Amino acid sequence: MSGDDVRGALSLLLIAAGMLFFLAGSVGVLRLPDLLSRLHALTKADNLGLGLVVLGLMLQADDAFEVLRLLLVWLLVLFASSVACYLVARSALRAHGDAPTAAPEGPDEDTRDGR
Amino acid sequence: MSLALLYGLAGIALVAMGLYAALAARHVLRRLLGLNVLGSGVFMMLVALASRTTGIATRPDPVPHAMVLTGIVVAVSATALGLALLRRMHAHDGSPRLPEDRDAGSP
Amino acid sequence: MAAEVQVFDAVLVVLLLWLGWRALASADLFKAVVQFIVFGLLLSLAWVRLGAPDVALAEAAIGAGLAGALLLDTLARLGRSGAADEARPLGLTPARTGIALAALGLAALLVASALALPERWPGLAEPALQQLRASGVSNPVTATLLNYRAWDTLLEVGVLMLAVLGVWILEAEPALPRPAPDPMLGLLLRVLLPLTVIVAGYLLWVGAHAPGGAFQGAALLAAGGVLWHLARPLSLGPSPVVRAVVVLGFAVFLAVGVATAVLGGGLLTFPPEHAGAIILVIEAAAMLSIALIMVALFVGRERAPSDAGIPDSAADASAVPGAPNPGAAP
Repeated sequence: MSGDDVRGALSLLLIAAGMLFFLAGSVGVLRLPDLLSRLHALTKADNLGLGLVVLGLMLQADDAFEVLRLLLVWLLVLFASSVACYLVARSALRAHGDAPTAAPEGPDEDTRDGR
Repeated sequence: MSLALLYGLAGIALVAMGLYAALAARHVLRRLLGLNVLGSGVFMMLVALASRTTGIATRPDPVPHAMVLTGIVVAVSATALGLALLRRMHAHDGSPRLPEDRDAGSP
Repeated sequence: MAAEVQVFDAVLVVLLLWLGWRALASADLFKAVVQFIVFGLLLSLAWVRLGAPDVALAEAAIGAGLAGALLLDTLARLGRSGAADEARPLGLTPARTGIALAALGLAALLVASALALPERWPGLAEPALQQLRASGVSNPVTATLLNYRAWDTLLEVGVLMLAVLGVWILEAEPALPRPAPDPMLGLLLRVLLPLTVIVAGYLLWVGAHAPGGAFQGAALLAAGGVLWHLARPLSLGPSPVVRAVVVLGFAVFLAVGVATAVLGGGLLTFPPEHAGAIILVIEAAAMLSIALIMVALFVGRERAPSDAGIPDSAADASAVPGAPNPGAAP
């Protein structure tokens, strides 16, 4: 097995692992009972999932510039999604007065509004 | 089935859905959503048609792409104007429906 | 791109159709709008699959970002009663049967003509690519927008101007309650706004030879502006400066058109040796105008929330949004 093969296999493995986190995150959003734990599932899983996918794609990149761009994409998403998560949680807290126990239907989708 | 045909047919389905919603819905915001989906369907048909050049030229036809790009920007500004008119109407009449769609006892 | 239909395309098309329908038929308009936003995001994937990255960039920023923000903003302003709709908003009633039949009939006609089209068709790709050398840019979409069909684009910038005039003509609306100052919102702005400006500039420059250009850059800038407005409300009424920037793109475009008409070539016929520079100037002006127009469309004309009862000085206070204002409250 040549170096390229190993790299390809490793890349595929990382991307598949990332997909698994996305799947877990999506299941969490659909199945968890309240808003805060749904947010937890969404952001944690998505960030780690995207991180693994980006890592996998970096192994396939042609040059260092592309690696850097991929890293930048991940950092931006990480930043935006954590702030968005915080904002959604804050507005939910404000709306309910205290920690919400039952999530209102669907408002967590709002975080996807960004670019 | 080619890629152009698949997305072209999907565009047609979106046009039909959007047209039905734009004409049948009573809430103006829903009508605007209908117009937007209708527009997206038209854009999808155009871009699908443009992709048929694959194989002859090295890339899809750029002219429909430019038209769609223009269309997206015009569609969002028309939507913004429509939404502003809706808010004005709602502030004035207290109803988000056009006068002919209002019936007694409902918003 | 040698595009073959893959499982991915089938899944994407099914998802798009389902989301498109849910965006129209969900009884709860908030859900409908959220589904429309996701629909826009997936649509930009479809553009990538169809080999239209320029369109995908614009769709991601406008179709999913700006349009969604506009719709959600209106929904919030309509309030609970104004956002309520029938339980079955698109349910088939006798009155709607005709509309449904007409929509289906149109679809049938379109399907018939789509099936009759040849599977391969050169379109205008070849002439567009052959003239690329004389167009001043090497991205054929930018060449089409700003050279071959510059007239269309000029009028489009005009349409945008008319839209913002229309919004300004309407009565000023009461502003939504100002968001409480929050360190995280400030951080978001400090990080994202400079990045937005850099990436918009990059898109404008790179549009000459790769996917990108004035519209995509403007869409990004506008998204940054909307974010700004949401965190620290801007006042973007028709002041002289705002009017000047709104008109700038159209004015520069028209001036170039008149200059080329007077100096030879004809209206908007660029001499090949200067075409690249001319296009960059027009695009830069158009990008600024389009971005400001889209933010102005979102902001509209608002009365400051503190307006009631307090005379003119309230307008000055609103110029420094988010600033702590101890003692101002009665």
